[in-house]
Amino acid sequence: MSKPKGSLAAHNRRVRYLLSTPYVLWSIGFIVLPLFMILYYGMTSRDGGGFTFENLKLIWSPTNRSTLILSIQLSVISTALCLLIAYPLALALRALRLKSNGFVILLFMLPMWMNFLLRTIAWQNILEKNGIINTVLSAVGLPKLNIINTPTAIVLGMVYDFLPFMIIPIYNVLSKIDDNVIQAASDLGANYFQILFRVILPLSKPGVISGLTMVFVPSLTTFVISDILGGGKVLLIGKVIEQKFKMTNDWNAGCGLSLVLMVFIFICMAVVQKYDKDAEGTGVW
Amino acid sequence: MKKCFWIGVLLGFVFLCAGCKKEYANGEVVVFNWGEYIDEDVIKMFEEEYDIEVVYDEFTENEDMYPLINIGEVNYDVVCPSDYMVSRMIQEGLLAELNYDNIPNIKNIDPEYLKSAEEFDPGNRYAVPYCWGTVGILYNKTMVDEEITSWSAIFDEKYSQNILMIDSVRDGMGIALKYLGYSMNTDNESELEEAKQLLIRQRPLVQGYFVDEVRNKMIGEEAAIGVIYSGEAIYTQRENADLVYVVPEEGSNVWIDGWVIPKNAKNKENAEKWINFMCREDIALMNFEEITYSTPNKAARELIEDEDIKNSKVAFPDAETLQRCEAFRYLESGVEELYMEKWNEMKAMQN
Amino acid sequence: MVKRLLQKGYIGLVVVFLYAPILVLAVLSFNASKSRAKWGGFTLKWYREMLENEKILNALGTTLLLAFTSALLATVLGTLAAVAMNRMKRLPRAVMMSITNIPLLNSEIVTGISLMLLYFAVSFSLGFSSVLLALTAAHMPYVILSVLPKLKQTSRSTYEAALDLGAPPVAAFFRIVLPDIFPGVLSGFMLAFTLALDDFVITHFTKNARVNTLSTVIYAETRRGIEPEIYALSTVMFTVVLVLLIVVNRSKAKAAKKAAEKQR
Repeated sequence: MSKPKGSLAAHNRRVRYLLSTPYVLWSIGFIVLPLFMILYYGMTSRDGGGFTFENLKLIWSPTNRSTLILSIQLSVISTALCLLIAYPLALALRALRLKSNGFVILLFMLPMWMNFLLRTIAWQNILEKNGIINTVLSAVGLPKLNIINTPTAIVLGMVYDFLPFMIIPIYNVLSKIDDNVIQAASDLGANYFQILFRVILPLSKPGVISGLTMVFVPSLTTFVISDILGGGKVLLIGKVIEQKFKMTNDWNAGCGLSLVLMVFIFICMAVVQKYDKDAEGTGVW
Repeated sequence: MKKCFWIGVLLGFVFLCAGCKKEYANGEVVVFNWGEYIDEDVIKMFEEEYDIEVVYDEFTENEDMYPLINIGEVNYDVVCPSDYMVSRMIQEGLLAELNYDNIPNIKNIDPEYLKSAEEFDPGNRYAVPYCWGTVGILYNKTMVDEEITSWSAIFDEKYSQNILMIDSVRDGMGIALKYLGYSMNTDNESELEEAKQLLIRQRPLVQGYFVDEVRNKMIGEEAAIGVIYSGEAIYTQRENADLVYVVPEEGSNVWIDGWVIPKNAKNKENAEKWINFMCREDIALMNFEEITYSTPNKAARELIEDEDIKNSKVAFPDAETLQRCEAFRYLESGVEELYMEKWNEMKAMQN
Repeated sequence: MVKRLLQKGYIGLVVVFLYAPILVLAVLSFNASKSRAKWGGFTLKWYREMLENEKILNALGTTLLLAFTSALLATVLGTLAAVAMNRMKRLPRAVMMSITNIPLLNSEIVTGISLMLLYFAVSFSLGFSSVLLALTAAHMPYVILSVLPKLKQTSRSTYEAALDLGAPPVAAFFRIVLPDIFPGVLSGFMLAFTLALDDFVITHFTKNARVNTLSTVIYAETRRGIEPEIYALSTVMFTVVLVLLIVVNRSKAKAAKKAAEKQR
């Protein structure tokens, strides 16, 4: 370790290069190159490796198309539900005025220490025909619910598994809103709803956007939740892709579908993020 | 200090669990078997007796297992596929011939089964039978008001939402074909299409498609009727006495799973030791009692103490039942994919 | 007052929703019947058998080792990357920021598959290290995003003053910058650790037969019925973490109280 030589500017430049180079290399190796691999496989044919669009067109085959549409429907519904549950929750949590938000984050992250596959399996026990909910319902003389192995069960599983990813970013943003701002609005005669829609909602947009991303993307692409709660009756696009790799061994088709899905997600996010002025990314947590 | 505390806790956690590795003198054997298809004590006994480390991995369907062997990314030493998959792997040159000098316990295997294994493995050059069984209907006699004897039950509207269908291409398509009176190995596209249409009509009646979960759901009385492998019947009946297993009168599939050694195996001799060990009567008995799948091991069957099970028609069906049954054959690759396509088209329906 | 009660009731409801399945699993770990569909009476035998079940213990070891090492790697690399990014000029920084965001926006399945294809292309055989690198790569952006905001809050001038006074840059970083951003680093680490602990999809695509984590073992068993030992193990893990958190929080609260008393 030597004393910095030369001017501070020169030192800064040197440090910048020294620090940036590894990260740039890493990003190329582990982010950019792998994506090019998907692009490569997705655009070449299985036999021979010539250039082709066939793998991309697969998404429009009747079965894949209906699978994709169902996946989009279910993920949009569950994302909306997550938002509807999480936003009021974050408001209520803010009202508690805790000194540090560590407790809240722990409270909602702690379930993740129980493996998510197991937690999803537990929902089988809760939702089944003779499961916990139905036992309770029939004990009080109500008709049984038939949820398991339906798209409803899958939406429930998605909301359950991804809800914390909506709660935490929204809460993080809400808890940082200065009370004085709200006080000022109320002093100026704004009522509760005006404050909510004119002050709090706009200020919390970054948190909402990262929440939306973190729920929508995994629920669009999951294959685990439908495996566990769908009883093989609900086929989602993530499962189709997984099967291409793990069962039919058709990597090219799998990559073609992944590519389409990826581009779709990026377009959705670009549209959403257009509304986010702070393009730096607000930190997911 | 909070951070030191946390890091200390984590480190402790990590080393507590990662620190226990044992050395083995005679190398290792990498086993690839169906899920829960062995008594796990048997693995430990093998490790102790032969001083060979067993790396044990599991698969759920033949179709899951096949690509892994085909890519050859992982070198498995000994695998347990079903009949038709064995014949596919033989045809594609993926398997190594067995050296029976290293498998003297082959004498315990009933010659009957070696003979039926010749159907997919002529000359018994590649596979040693491990378990066998049929596919049939498991039903809860308190939840149906008739004696079920036909596949028609799983297509019957009165059992709507009370049927658990099997989630496996060949089995699912095979049942539909058999019910329609065709062969389970047909390569006739219009017959396959008919089977698909039947399955599409069945779809709304079905509660779900499962492989092994059927047994838990039948025990928990989630459904009245389920399609299941015969090996699960004994276990489920033990847990719930109302369950009955039948091989439908239209006939069904009879299958044999056998141990094979892939060509790219790195420890072929250890693999043969493993196969030999699996054929030992006491080991075969332990496995039978744990997993309750029928064993082709004559010597082991003699050792079964429970007379009811020893003579159970479920575990060891009679010749008349078996006559109705058909084994899967490996179909040319185009046809195999046609089965997959039809099945997936049915699965992707939304109704 | 009513509003406050409603708020608390609502929070309680969501907490129940999130924790109910965990309770179900804990109950199942005491179920004497091997089948999850039937209550066979109370037993502790799965807790005993869990300690002898090598498959599960190995999977636990691998899971913890992977989660810890990958989180550590991601934290070290991610912090350095954040420092680097903080010093970058506008354009390169925007470019790097978008690249960093890719794994966050990308689904796990695409991340997993793309890394698997890369390993395959460079003939890097799948195993422990392939999973480790994959998890590190997937979770590093989370660390970067939790460190960057803290870095922005710290002032550059203290660091530069230290350099002026003759401190070597590395020492200046550890003495001046790191303490400032440490909360961000720590929460980045915890996040990476938790995500890696819970990961299934990325591991599923980048592992080989020899590497089994709790997730992959459980997934293999989902179709068959989970071994009750796994319920027992998870219950133990969960309880340990819960107790630790309570202890830490208590001691923190006590320390805070003491400090407050001293001030008085």
